[in-house]
Amino acid sequence: MKTRLKSFAGDLGSSLFSILIALAIGALIILAIGENPAEAYQALFKGALGSSQSFANTLSKMIPLAFTGLAVALGQRGGMLNIGAEGQLYAGAMATTLFALTFPGLPAIVMVPMCLITGFLAGMLAGAIPGYFKAKHNTSEVIVAIMLNYLITLFTSWLVNGPFKAPGSVSQTNPIPAGAMLTKIWGNSQLTTALFLLILFAAVQYLFLWKSAKGFQLRAVGGNRFASISAGIKADRMMILTMMLSGGIAAMAGSTEVMGKYGCFIDGFSPSFGFTGIAVAILGRNHPIGVLLTAFLFGVLDTGALRMGRVTNVSANIIVVVQSLVILLVSAPEIIKFFKRTKEG
Amino acid sequence: MDMMFQFVAMTLKLSIPLVLGAMCGTIAERGGIILLGVEGLMLIGAFSGVLGSYLTGNAYMGLLLSMAAGAVLGLLYAMFCLKLRAHQSVVGVGVNMFASGLTAVLLKVFWQREGMTDPVVSVKNVSVPGLKDIPVLRVLFHDQSPYLYLTFLIVLGVWFVFYRTKAGLRYRAIGEQPFAAQTSGINVNRYRYVAMAAAGMIAGIGGSFLSLSQNNLFVVDMVAGRGFMGLAANIFGGWSPLGSLGAGMIFAVAQSARFYLPDIHIPTQFVQMLPYALTLFILLFVGKKAKGPEALGQLVS
Repeated sequence: MKTRLKSFAGDLGSSLFSILIALAIGALIILAIGENPAEAYQALFKGALGSSQSFANTLSKMIPLAFTGLAVALGQRGGMLNIGAEGQLYAGAMATTLFALTFPGLPAIVMVPMCLITGFLAGMLAGAIPGYFKAKHNTSEVIVAIMLNYLITLFTSWLVNGPFKAPGSVSQTNPIPAGAMLTKIWGNSQLTTALFLLILFAAVQYLFLWKSAKGFQLRAVGGNRFASISAGIKADRMMILTMMLSGGIAAMAGSTEVMGKYGCFIDGFSPSFGFTGIAVAILGRNHPIGVLLTAFLFGVLDTGALRMGRVTNVSANIIVVVQSLVILLVSAPEIIKFFKRTKEG
Repeated sequence: MDMMFQFVAMTLKLSIPLVLGAMCGTIAERGGIILLGVEGLMLIGAFSGVLGSYLTGNAYMGLLLSMAAGAVLGLLYAMFCLKLRAHQSVVGVGVNMFASGLTAVLLKVFWQREGMTDPVVSVKNVSVPGLKDIPVLRVLFHDQSPYLYLTFLIVLGVWFVFYRTKAGLRYRAIGEQPFAAQTSGINVNRYRYVAMAAAGMIAGIGGSFLSLSQNNLFVVDMVAGRGFMGLAANIFGGWSPLGSLGAGMIFAVAQSARFYLPDIHIPTQFVQMLPYALTLFILLFVGKKAKGPEALGQLVS
């Protein structure tokens, strides 16, 4: 237990280190543009954390990223890269919306959980396909999921532009009933009870992975598929289950956006939550706590970037550069080792 | 007949970025590197094309810059995969995001606004005298983008190197059995670096087609999935240069059909799904032949 905590802390240390390097490179770019990095970053953090409302908006921004991050992290623990979170979250969002529109009369106490469950099931279905073909035919789950991302996104786009389009020029569905909406919990901000759902999911994921037999099997398959088979684990079934759960969790990113923010399904609403989730998971070392922390950090960057873009001449997109550098740095452990060596020697 | 002519001409034009993207994927993956970053490489190419044209007033300098930028990014990509031993799929995701962010930031630096650049000098379409009057072949030579000829040359060149040279044979061996190749004295990583530079360069050309030939400016995220569609074409074409060419053409038919289908009632989304659905079908149900190179993702020390 103790050594595990210690190694997790060490991992978090290198994650923090990667973030600092990425921010430093970002500062160099800002400097090269001819702007003041200190001023830009100050605007960024002020925009994200400066008032209680902006803090709440940051928390609200982190929720979809944390869900996709948890999803990718679970897949990674099971030895698979779930690059399909983007499609899965669209599947979840659409399923949730359609359920709410089909049964508008349900009381909130039934409606909210049923909307979430429908979304989760849709995500599980979307995750099952790459999981099944990886387990049974060893087809790359990455490629299958990329194709599915496009297929699902285009299919939901057809639904929202065709059969379920609301009157008017915008590509969105009719509003879902008020009973299906999550409750706002912080003044004028966009923060809703989705935050509690997120914390619940993170806690359950932790307990499942490290305190349950199934979770142990999942990690065993992820560690070494063939050794786990020798140990009597049904690795095939475990891999399919992993991708299904991962898909379901990713779907929560979409469902909570619909139920918490938009109140309807909007065509192409996700700014790559699924792909950013990969960064969040890897930076958070595939640990639920790490995922929450890094999702918060990414939420800070996203919220603050808007203000930075307003008060300085730096494009808000510099944040995308910083986030991508973080991905690249943590994807290559050798870099961190290199920096540590030069520091010591 | 006239409508048919336009349809074929448009299909050819739309196939250019798909075929080049597919070629980029084929080159990298036949040597064993998983390349999910085609999209980002193309985006960098699209931006540097416009930048080069803007700075020099010459569209062909833009094309050159896009090739150089693509090659440099391809080498960096290779460095992450080979030297730093990073998770290759994750590097792809990172590169795509990096390209998206960096081009948007640089756009604001050079043009002081967000979204899109000013128009620049573009690569003009050409008509080949003499050949443009031949009845059927006319479609290849009348008011066509020079990029089309460049694309055919590239496909032919890659095919030749892959199947008619010793280096190509060795490179394909690296993608199947890198350790055996290394044991037989081949410098695996040197081959892979060269290939990644070439792949990046070709992706850069594909990107600059979008910004310099199909348009005359750069728009944020203008590659819009064509890199991934190219990757799909590479898989659909069986990881081979000629297969990639054919698959790119087939996908382009689906793309251009969109402009001619409003009369027939198929929603555009379903037409757009076709490339991905076909590729998924091949991947899932055609079995072993659709697995790609044996050693995809394997590194040597």
